[in-house]
Amino acid sequence: MIPWYQNLPLWVTFLPLLGALFLLFVPKGSRRTFELGALAFTVADFLLSLPLWFQYNRHDGGVQWAFSADWIPSIGVKFSVGMDGISLVLLLLTTLLGFIVVWCSFTAITERHKEYYIWLLVMQFSMLGVFITQDMFQFYLFWELMLVPMYFLIAIWGGPQKLYAAIKLFLYTLAGSVLMLVAILAIYFLQLKVTGKADMSIASFQAMAGVIAHQSHTFQILLALAFFLGFAIKVPMFPFHTWLPDAHVEAPTAGSVVLAGVLLKMGTYGFVRFLLPIAPGATKELMPYFMTLALIGVIYGALVAMIQKDMKKLVAYSSVSHLGLCMLGLFALNPNGITGGILQMLNHGISTSALFLIVGIIYERRHTRLIAEYGGLSKTMPLYATVFLIMTMSSIGLPGLNGFIGEFAILQGAFQAAPWLAVLATTGIILGAAYMLWLYQRAMFGPISETNAKMADLNLREIAYFVPLLAAAFWIGLYPKPLLNVLEAPVEKLVRQITPTYYDQVDLTKGQKEAAKVGMAGMPAPAEAETHEEAEPSHGGGH
Amino acid sequence: MTFTASQLLALLPLLLTTGAMVALMLAIAWKRCDDTAFVVTIAGLNLALFSLPIVMAQGDQGVTPLLQIDGYAVFYMGLVLIGALATCTFGRSWLKGYPDNREEFYLLLLIATAGGLVLAGSRHLASLYIGIEMLTLPMFGLVGYAYRERHSLEASIKYMVLSAAATAFLLFGMALLYAQAGSLSFSDLGLTLATTPAHHPLLMGGLGLMLVGFAFKLSLAPFHLWTPDVYEGAPAPVATFLATVSKIAVFCVLLRFYLAVPAAADPMIHWLLAAMAVVSIVIGNLLALLQTNIKRMMGYSSISHFGYLLAVIVASRLGQMPVEAAGVYLLMYLFTSLGAFGVISMMSSPYRGKDADSLHSYRGLFWRRPYLTAVLTVMMLSLAGIPMTLGFIGKFYLIGVTVDAKLWWLSGAIVLGSALGLYYYLRVMVTLYLREPGMQLRDAKGDWAITSGGLVVLLSAALVVALGLYPQPVISLVQGFQNVVLH
Repeated sequence: MIPWYQNLPLWVTFLPLLGALFLLFVPKGSRRTFELGALAFTVADFLLSLPLWFQYNRHDGGVQWAFSADWIPSIGVKFSVGMDGISLVLLLLTTLLGFIVVWCSFTAITERHKEYYIWLLVMQFSMLGVFITQDMFQFYLFWELMLVPMYFLIAIWGGPQKLYAAIKLFLYTLAGSVLMLVAILAIYFLQLKVTGKADMSIASFQAMAGVIAHQSHTFQILLALAFFLGFAIKVPMFPFHTWLPDAHVEAPTAGSVVLAGVLLKMGTYGFVRFLLPIAPGATKELMPYFMTLALIGVIYGALVAMIQKDMKKLVAYSSVSHLGLCMLGLFALNPNGITGGILQMLNHGISTSALFLIVGIIYERRHTRLIAEYGGLSKTMPLYATVFLIMTMSSIGLPGLNGFIGEFAILQGAFQAAPWLAVLATTGIILGAAYMLWLYQRAMFGPISETNAKMADLNLREIAYFVPLLAAAFWIGLYPKPLLNVLEAPVEKLVRQITPTYYDQVDLTKGQKEAAKVGMAGMPAPAEAETHEEAEPSHGGGH
Repeated sequence: MTFTASQLLALLPLLLTTGAMVALMLAIAWKRCDDTAFVVTIAGLNLALFSLPIVMAQGDQGVTPLLQIDGYAVFYMGLVLIGALATCTFGRSWLKGYPDNREEFYLLLLIATAGGLVLAGSRHLASLYIGIEMLTLPMFGLVGYAYRERHSLEASIKYMVLSAAATAFLLFGMALLYAQAGSLSFSDLGLTLATTPAHHPLLMGGLGLMLVGFAFKLSLAPFHLWTPDVYEGAPAPVATFLATVSKIAVFCVLLRFYLAVPAAADPMIHWLLAAMAVVSIVIGNLLALLQTNIKRMMGYSSISHFGYLLAVIVASRLGQMPVEAAGVYLLMYLFTSLGAFGVISMMSSPYRGKDADSLHSYRGLFWRRPYLTAVLTVMMLSLAGIPMTLGFIGKFYLIGVTVDAKLWWLSGAIVLGSALGLYYYLRVMVTLYLREPGMQLRDAKGDWAITSGGLVVLLSAALVVALGLYPQPVISLVQGFQNVVLH
């Protein structure tokens, strides 16, 4: 038996479920018990997940903390867990947001506390499950299970159109994921035919890439498309994004935070973990289309965000735009792009979650999210205005904050792959600055109305849950090196899976590498030094 | 004809069920008492269920040219008996408020169950016909059991007329096949017809007409029109039986027939079946979308589920594991339907006129009956094929079979069907958690959980979740019972 501390991912994942079971048996009535109980479990979970950061071996791009046990031997399904660096950072993001969403619900949720916190914990469990799983069947299980708590969070505690939004969310994602199931089974049977053994592990699926590359062209393309649809709906990429604004607007604040912070990352994570390594050939072939869709998402999302009257909807559309950028980076299929894409997942998780919390706070006080209802809040809510400003800056990618690092790497990667798309994508970033700053201006400056003048500033609890997000934003913005170290080895492994000869090429053309460094040097201060270091590892893999 | 001891032992479930039937008739003639009737029925069915290991120990037994008791038959006998037992327990709660003779309910149920058992082992067109009729005729009485309700009576008459027409088709189809092959046993049919030239009119006509009969019993489109009305009109426990036992038994014999008679895989029939599968999936799901009556919705949903299962039959000659997939899916369908209809039965028991079947009666149920609602939620998730329920394992196998057989468009239909299906299952789920309406028409009794029906419902829910998480026992069970003796 492995000692428990070497199996931390498993414990981190199951602790929220334990919490949910615990709350299930607490008698109804005392609201405080559920709030504090859920908070205790999620905080404990976050603390428990921190050692993982230090246990992680940064030189190994493969699966660590591997553990597996038989589950359904007849069809080759194992209960198999393990993580690489990419899963690790997303897992940490999830546990961090986990206790924040519980904490931010203390006043927002006024009825049915027991059920609410139980669903939140189950949600947490299923999301963590996706990141630690190393088995396709198990992955699919967690992937769909996630929808159930989300559905209830929106359908019971949501806004006026909650049923519509909840059903739409569920239907869209399910339709995509069943297609993905078809793709999974197609690979499974192919494998059964080729190797004669039933195996559902992700590693064996990735090992099938070579066999898949020798299948008929149509098969490869259809396979890639089925995976693509499953993940693209979840991301969501244009034109499958329409469920997102509805779900965000109707969801309670905590639901929006989880949705934006973690749930959407499932889609991008799926691309990284499955589509790219399993069907690299077809992906490369479809890359121009995928990148174009991502680019349309970037610009379209930004344009639509600009005209929104509802703050939450604005932030929701900004998500579409940011994730488009993330996908642009991933589909560049080079180390810079992929690292940037993963950083963007993380950054979007931090800044957009914070923005949803920010919108939630004034919604709780005024019960409206219309931008026109606000104005001049900076006079009465200085602390709030400060947090809002920092997060706005983080969202538009101001150097020194987290958003910049990711965007820079993505543009760099995209430029290597498709220069024109990268150029066009920058317009999306400019538009991003426009709608966010305009939002900030309208809500925070100008004359203040009498009702708004009475609004209270952040209280201690609210400050407390913003602190970790602010700290993370500054940390990634100013000193991203540790984070890049964690991502370096797995990204290198992934790039080798996509293009086995990629690093050889880079080595041969040293000039390209030098050019990249020169490009870095021209970057604006103050992030110059840090990013210089950042670029180092993602390029140095070929030695 | 002489019987060996092991042949007699192989017939035990059937003998015990018919024995209980006779005992029950005598008991009714002697003294009417619904408690006695219930005990006799439950005892008979339980004995039959527990005799299955003995039957299994006898190995494969051909009993007369009519029946083949192999692993496949034993498995489906098990399903039929479990479904019948559950129906009994639901029926008991429901009959508590029924103001007329209650004992015949059990009697009719036993006869129908015996019909199901015959079908499970049938390897001959004669036993197929006897089985189907034994299963169907008592259903007329059961569907119309609450004959004071206009709906119930109407449903009964509708079912009777349409069923008689379908049986006529079936019989005529058999006659044509007999004219061509000169035999009625599946294996002879298989051998003789294998040499018949393809597209032989007599053969195609016979198979086509038989298909109409089967499609009616399984309520496959375009022969599904009776389903919603009959489901709505039948008392909830009877609807349970109709949805589970009657369909599972007919499906079982259809699959055996299809496997035994290679001529049934003629391209024309193959495409016909495939088209029916797709149409059933689409129509069943589409029509279910707008239902406000939960029983009608379940009716349409069962149309689509048997559409999925028909896809297994279509794939059965191309893939590796159709029998296994059908077994897993039907096991899932049985427990899930028992749970879902069980909740409806609990809500409608004891009899007080029309069942609690409008969606409105379930509004906000969670805040009154949390456990009952949890059960229904699990069942809806399972029917929708959401992971961590048995339904997902079923869907997994189903898609697996079509993918393995490379029938991509059938996989596509299943994908489309699951997406459509999810919508109405979610609608039911949403309703359960809405705010309660001011006035309450119907509700389950406070002590529903400690009635026998309540236990069955809770047990099904527990099984659906537990086996959804750890499906290995189900798969091993089905694999252990999948030997079909065809010749």
